Amino acid sequence: MAQISAKPPTTSRPRRLSAGLPDTTVIGWLRQMVLIREFENRTGQAYQQAKIGGFCHLYTGQEAAVVGTIAATEPDDPIVTAYRDHGHALARGMDPGACMAEMFGKITGCAKGKGGSMHMFDKPHWLFGGHGIVGAQTPLGAGLAFAAKYEYEVLRKPLPNPGVEQGSPAKKKVALCYLGDGALNQGALHEAMNLAGLFGLPVIYVVENNGYSMGTSIARGTTMADDLTKKADAYGITGRTIDGFDVMHLYDEFKPLVDECRAAQRPAFVDLKTYRYLGHSMSDPQKYRTKDEVDQFKAKDSIDRMAHHLMEERRCLPEDAFMAMQKEAKEVVRAALEFAEQSPAPDPATELYSDVLVNPMPGMSPSGEYVRGAKNPLL
Amino acid sequence: MPSLTLVQSINLALQQEMERDERVVILGEDVGLNGGVFRVTEGLQKRFGPERVVDTPLAESGIMGTAIGLAMAGMRPIPEIQFEGFLGPAYDQLVNHAARYRTRTRGAVTIPLTVRVPVGGGIHAPELHSDSPEAIYAHHPGLKVVMPATPYDAKGLLLSAIRDPDPVVFFEPKRVYRSFREEVPEDDYTIPIGEAKVVNEGTDVTVVTWGATVFECLAAMDKLPEDVSVELIDLRSIYPFDLDAVVNSVQKTGRCVVVHEAPKTAGFGAEIAASIQEHGFLHLKAPVQRVAGFDTVMPYYKLELDYLPDAKRVGEAVQQVLAY
Ligand SMILES: Cc1ncc(C[n+]2csc(CCOP(=O)(O)OP(=O)(O)O)c2C)c(N)n1
Ligand SMILES: [Mg+2]
Repeated sequence: MAQISAKPPTTSRPRRLSAGLPDTTVIGWLRQMVLIREFENRTGQAYQQAKIGGFCHLYTGQEAAVVGTIAATEPDDPIVTAYRDHGHALARGMDPGACMAEMFGKITGCAKGKGGSMHMFDKPHWLFGGHGIVGAQTPLGAGLAFAAKYEYEVLRKPLPNPGVEQGSPAKKKVALCYLGDGALNQGALHEAMNLAGLFGLPVIYVVENNGYSMGTSIARGTTMADDLTKKADAYGITGRTIDGFDVMHLYDEFKPLVDECRAAQRPAFVDLKTYRYLGHSMSDPQKYRTKDEVDQFKAKDSIDRMAHHLMEERRCLPEDAFMAMQKEAKEVVRAALEFAEQSPAPDPATELYSDVLVNPMPGMSPSGEYVRGAKNPLL
Repeated sequence: MPSLTLVQSINLALQQEMERDERVVILGEDVGLNGGVFRVTEGLQKRFGPERVVDTPLAESGIMGTAIGLAMAGMRPIPEIQFEGFLGPAYDQLVNHAARYRTRTRGAVTIPLTVRVPVGGGIHAPELHSDSPEAIYAHHPGLKVVMPATPYDAKGLLLSAIRDPDPVVFFEPKRVYRSFREEVPEDDYTIPIGEAKVVNEGTDVTVVTWGATVFECLAAMDKLPEDVSVELIDLRSIYPFDLDAVVNSVQKTGRCVVVHEAPKTAGFGAEIAASIQEHGFLHLKAPVQRVAGFDTVMPYYKLELDYLPDAKRVGEAVQQVLAY
């Protein structure tokens, strides 16, 4: 594969790219953000009611980060993320019912209710998880980008994947690999960034920098916390710092970077400033920050800001349309909850032991009566 | 004598050993300010300062490797790994370094390291947060592996582990963390690594287990007919394990059921069963049975109870070996 140097881009770009987009597009972003917010509110409630088990990490506060970045990609650019992944699933187009049912552990979930909150997968939408080991998804991002580059430069045709037309030409793709600020400190990321820089892989590492890794503030967890792009410098990768609270601004900054990485088939690294409003997970006493701090960030809420922009500045969204949008989100999430609630749990007789291997040891893959019955050689 | 949960007893042991031995340091993610994910190290940073209870970045390989370096230099580090699944990134350091230095240096460099790791399922957590990897670590020569099931045993075993000159993986069954209290002496006492505990003496069948399934076995015994006499052995140490205790018991009963949460194939139950036939073949009245997890990834919570060995399955296996 060709070696591509990671020189800073030279393409010039218009100011305020988002200003040139159709109103329906930017209104669509707000709709997605509102949906994610509503979805997470109700997810939190369902968790409190013990309808959701496992662990649950809500995305509330970070909506603009995922909506603005995904808006800058093509629907078949592969993306991969960590465990705070409901927003990514919804923004990528996963059916909210499948997402909710997954957390309810129901068979209709995106992974048959086997993965749960941390493991949202949606292959048709090119979402490759949802990963529970912090930082472990970052080499996968490099691999997805490697495959994309291989398709384009070596195979010259797309790999056989769902929804890919046979005989269609290979495209230049960019992989997005999201990570939290805590993942900055995992060895895996540094190996992955070195590989990406060395091989010139079209992957963008998007650090959703919400300031905390569980109870550890970023300054207590990583070096050069006030300028993370220096970490990218170390691997010869273009680094950017982007404000992730204003979705329009975020798009304006991020889209050209995606375009450049796509065109030049090279990596980038983005320190995307954001903030999570709620605890790390559902049981977090939050001793590590003050309510004041949380309130300060809530004051620049990305949904409020975007709604204000569209209603008052761009004047493309009448107030009643915004109200209707919120109502619609409530309805969509209500339906998702109902769907999850009414879906059956996986039948242990068929599902406990399915999908482990395509060809398990003969006689060692009981199903049906074998799971609990006398014929189960594993009992 | 205070009545403590498993969490409290581990906390007490850590506190007492830190007071006794200034070489003891704790390091891990959020162990200081936050007191750890399960609050096991609560209050220790306040008491001993941030130099001895060290909040680290999210970096298991770094945490484990640094702890090994500390141990090489003569310290007594106790890294905490938040969940057993996160041993993954630290595996290289633990297995390729800690386990091998005594051999590699022909005894010149030893690694007095105690890795504390919550283990096992039953708390509605997903995979990576509910796994039982004890056999993996027991398989690596140079590591000791223990898994206490009770607050009393936890304190005694932890003190042994910290004072042991070799690396010890100290698994803490999270299902038991706060499930009950028992009296734990404030005095210094140790439980030797490698010594099993006979929880209940019996004559008909030996049940060998460790960790949280000790309580499933007790529950199973409650439901068995009164004339069935079960000898229940809590292994406590997985490696080295108490071969004598197991073999002596099976020589007496002639029957054995091994119970563990980990998947059955190549689980530690296989080692126990093999050892029994090596050392007690002619005493056996029935094949050794294993009651274990299935050969699958630990399922999400809806199927968790279908996966975990429970009293019913244990009871059935006991009846089966009796009827053989
Ligand atoms: C290897 C590993 N170590 C520890 C954990 C436990 N853990 C889960 S999330 C988390 C904090 C991660 O913070 P960050 O990367 O900033 O993501 P955020 O939660 O802020 O989205 C920790 C320590 C884990 N899942 N994996
Ligand atoms: Mg974070």
